[in-house]
Amino acid sequence: MIKHLLSAGDLTRDDATQILDTAEEMLSIAKRPIKKLPTLRGLTVVNLFFEDSTRTRISFEAAAKRLSADVINFSAKGSSASKGEGLKDTALTLEAMGADAVVVRHHASGAPHRLAEAGWTQGVVVNAGDGTHEHPTQALLDAFTMRRHLGDLEGRRVTIVGDVLHSRVARSNALLLHTLGAKVTLVAPPTLLPVGVEQWPVDTSYDLDTALEGADAVMMLRVQRERMNASFFPSAREYSRRYGLDAARMGRLADHAVVMHPGPMNRGMEISADVADSDRSVIVEQVTNGVAVRMAVLYLLLSGRQDHTEETHS
Amino acid sequence: MTPESPAAGVPARTVLDERDIARALTRITHEILERNRDSEGVVILGIPTRGVHLARRIAARMSEVEGRTITAGSLDVTMFRDDLRLKPARAIGRTEVPEDVDGKVVVLVDDVLFSGRTIRAALDAVSELGRPKAVQLAVLVDRGHRELPIRADFVGKNLPTSLAEKVKVRVAEHDDADHVTIEGGAA
Repeated sequence: MIKHLLSAGDLTRDDATQILDTAEEMLSIAKRPIKKLPTLRGLTVVNLFFEDSTRTRISFEAAAKRLSADVINFSAKGSSASKGEGLKDTALTLEAMGADAVVVRHHASGAPHRLAEAGWTQGVVVNAGDGTHEHPTQALLDAFTMRRHLGDLEGRRVTIVGDVLHSRVARSNALLLHTLGAKVTLVAPPTLLPVGVEQWPVDTSYDLDTALEGADAVMMLRVQRERMNASFFPSAREYSRRYGLDAARMGRLADHAVVMHPGPMNRGMEISADVADSDRSVIVEQVTNGVAVRMAVLYLLLSGRQDHTEETHS
Repeated sequence: MTPESPAAGVPARTVLDERDIARALTRITHEILERNRDSEGVVILGIPTRGVHLARRIAARMSEVEGRTITAGSLDVTMFRDDLRLKPARAIGRTEVPEDVDGKVVVLVDDVLFSGRTIRAALDAVSELGRPKAVQLAVLVDRGHRELPIRADFVGKNLPTSLAEKVKVRVAEHDDADHVTIEGGAA
């Protein structure tokens, strides 16, 4: 198993399968009367969030708490970071407090990588979203959700639609789904596909209607208005008509296909309200699964950090 | 070669063969029924991996004797172990509990009883499931060397061993063979 979770591309198929299998067990814990395990007792998990986030932070927080770890939340707003402290000094402070794991979200792509490689912290680093680069736990929870509905992902077809350019979710999903043997098609207006997308292990298309045929799962991406400093499409209305998922388009999907969205949704923009609330939509389930997947990641990265090979029997 | 491979020149000794295991499990089954009288109040839980298979065999024998279907569950103890930080991350086994354990007698089933640490973890795991009336322990082999004040209620075979020896239990469902061997040590 890897030491840090920085990129979905670092995971081998065996690693990814182990995380997903472990998450399956973690999910069953949520159904028990006592939703807590003593596994990470005495360990400290720091949520280091330089960028606003609700669902990812509370999901990591819930995951760490269910495994009995102590959780320290650090958000840039209202902290020393707003006084100009940089990543390095914040990391050194957290290290001095004894952080065993640092879950980091940063607006700069590569910040978690820097944190892991620079030796500022002894703890394991989990990337919870860095700039427009990667969001590996989101990809894992998406793969987990698809696997629960579709079974083995080998040969399955996944269509990812929308603002790929600004999406760390799309990149992590493309890498992980490729590792798991699924075929990924990215659908977006040409202005919202990143430079170098031809080197990703995916197909690309500009036409949503044909890309929906034969898809086993369709993932709608949020249009990230806050990252857009130029006009990438003429109007919200036109975007929605060409790249939004509405009930009519959903009718083109096969009966078993699921509709996903990493949240938060812009209802009426990339996804219509009736689709978001339909039976096909597994969006709420993605949130539940997120906690289980993050429990699995924390468990696998944090237990057994000292590499001992000595064997004891029961 | 892995560290657990036997010392050169000392062959593995078979201490229980397929028939010995079958007889031991049959006896344990009857002892469980004798001790608890009412099989309705008993929940059999095996500890992964091999304990689950042994628990299923015991449950099958109980079903025969009692004339109704009794299913064994499984109880994963990985997340409750005290040595998690000392070892690489372990894969987690299944936990499947066929019925509510509140007020029941839980019989834990494992292959080898050694330090007692697995059972300590299992007791913690059980307490998260509910409050059983009592917890009993059935093991195929008790090899001694306890590190905790834990003992088994039902034992297939007491096997005096040295710490240098390795006791291996093989069950057909998992290993394609049924036997217990001792490897290594100065034989």
